[in-house]
Amino acid sequence: MSPVLQGFITIIVGVGGCVAYFYASNLILDKVIFPARHDDHGRNINRATMVRPWLFLFPAVFALGLYLVYPVVGSFVRSLYNRAGDEFIGFGNYSQMFSEEGFRTALLNNILWALVVPAGATFLGLLVAQLTDKLRWGNFAKSLIFMPMAISFVGASLIWKFVYANDPDIGIINALRDTMGMGPVDPMQIPFWNNFFLMVILIWIQTGFAMVILSAALRGIPEETIEAAIIDGANPFQIFFKIKVPQIMGTIVVVWTTITILVLKVFDIVYAMTGGNFDTEILPSYMMDYMFRDDGRATAVAFVIMIIVLPVMVWNIRQARKEMR
Amino acid sequence: MSQVTLNGAIKRYGEVQVIHGLDLAIDDGEFCVFVGPSGCGKSTLLRMVAGLEDTSSGTIQIGDRDVTRLDPAERGVAMVFQTYALYPHMTVEENMGFGLKMNRHPKAEIRAKVAEASRILKLDPYLKRKPAALSGGQRQRVSIGRAIVRGPEVFLFDEPLSNLDAELRVEMRVEIARLHKEIGATMIYVTHDQVEAMTLADKIVVLRAGHIEQVGAPMDLYRNPDNRFVAGFIGSPAMNFLPGTVTPQGVTVAGLDLTVPAPASARPGMAVDVGLRPEHLTVTQGGPLTVDLSESLGGVSYAHLVTPTGEKMVVEERGETRSRSGDRLGVSIAPEHVFFFDSETGARLR
Repeated sequence: MSPVLQGFITIIVGVGGCVAYFYASNLILDKVIFPARHDDHGRNINRATMVRPWLFLFPAVFALGLYLVYPVVGSFVRSLYNRAGDEFIGFGNYSQMFSEEGFRTALLNNILWALVVPAGATFLGLLVAQLTDKLRWGNFAKSLIFMPMAISFVGASLIWKFVYANDPDIGIINALRDTMGMGPVDPMQIPFWNNFFLMVILIWIQTGFAMVILSAALRGIPEETIEAAIIDGANPFQIFFKIKVPQIMGTIVVVWTTITILVLKVFDIVYAMTGGNFDTEILPSYMMDYMFRDDGRATAVAFVIMIIVLPVMVWNIRQARKEMR
Repeated sequence: MSQVTLNGAIKRYGEVQVIHGLDLAIDDGEFCVFVGPSGCGKSTLLRMVAGLEDTSSGTIQIGDRDVTRLDPAERGVAMVFQTYALYPHMTVEENMGFGLKMNRHPKAEIRAKVAEASRILKLDPYLKRKPAALSGGQRQRVSIGRAIVRGPEVFLFDEPLSNLDAELRVEMRVEIARLHKEIGATMIYVTHDQVEAMTLADKIVVLRAGHIEQVGAPMDLYRNPDNRFVAGFIGSPAMNFLPGTVTPQGVTVAGLDLTVPAPASARPGMAVDVGLRPEHLTVTQGGPLTVDLSESLGGVSYAHLVTPTGEKMVVEERGETRSRSGDRLGVSIAPEHVFFFDSETGARLR
């Protein structure tokens, strides 16, 4: 069978299946379960109306349950078993994990990432959005800054490998050191600071995202409030910090938390740049180290990550909802 | 002293000139209204006085100072915007005190001035609220309060009542008039609503397409318009214009059976527009005019008439007798109430 025909049949079966489901389920509800006949037809219509939303929600709830809720529960259960998955060890994976130096480093590094990257990306994004707002070539500058968003994390890591390369003919940092007569260093091996060199990559990628959203928010500020502030004698800095930023605070929070959630998921950059060596491990890359070798441990790490992300996520959704109103 | 003087003020956007060399003097303590249709440049002119728009050439003086090149904050003006332009994240109190805070006035002074403005505008119960928790009228009062607190030499109002509903608009109009009396500062007020212009102004400036058509006290403009545009703009409902011809006997108005003495400057055979205000016309039963429809407002009603030549006109009727659609009417008018305008230039013929 040709792929085109296959696709076509899939579409027909899928759409037809949906139509058949909604039609048949509503028909059964109205004609069989709560028929609008006899003495209690009024009550039956009311009952049917109460059930009907669930008929429409069911496919989505089912799919979400199967592909989201079940895996979460499944992972949690798996994290309570040993490496081979045949012996229940309670919170053994967790307690062992927390007693390990490697995990604690990863956790601390991850906290650093979650603080520095969203702050850096949001701040730079806001700065760029404001500075390019009234420029004629502002849109050109913005598209340049937005471009890294289109690069995969691994691709970006490869680019930055060149930036950080040891060879002064390739790496810009060592090229600069070379012109000043200093010997080459490997930025990836400088303890503690190497984490920040890795964070720069993600900031570089995420600034474009922050910039686009914040730029739209800045444009949404009523021009009159700024003019009123000008007449009130506010200088450009006061206008920015006292009039503009407070008015887009909701958006700033949404951008900030969105990037925070992203940070807690990124493992590719560490994986591609250092492989977690030189104390640059973060939780997702730590998890990857154990995946396929010790699924009990890996799922335990995944669960820790989820618990960290959860409050940020809840806050993010709340803020985003507030923004909508 | 805070009179405002414009000398040959010009505004250009690139090649396009929108304000064409205006000269205007606004006296100290005067309430001056810029009025005109959309796009006539009245808001642009106000923003030039405020300093929000650069003046391309010419000068603007406030008091004895040339402020043409000064920043808005240095001009001693305060502005009230159509959309209120309150800072949404600040309370009413903070909104009103923001200008003084930016200029580093002591806290006690700010508090005293905010309290004073709040007293004048009866805003005391709302001082701790944010703008979102206020109604449109309250927001505009806060916006006016913010202007008062700064103690400006000149108040600028940019269509401040346009976003309010009709009832509130009347209320705020009275309040602004009262405020002007109480503070006595120079005020410049932009509106497209000629009722606001007539009721508030000491001096009306009628603008069209970046030119001043006429400047004067409200009743002067009403009684003695310089041209057809001003005559049509001032007065509500608007003046009727009917084509007329100058004959040796006087001016005959087409389709009206009306001949009135010709103005001195009219030459026989000349085509003129005859201006008749609805409130000056008297209706007589039976005549060449057909009533299209009649709008009754209670005390008065306006009959919309069609002449035999197809021209439309409006007549005011008072008292209990009201005409109905399809009635046939005639009109008469005292000769001193008839205006004549040159059909080509629109200039008044006296």
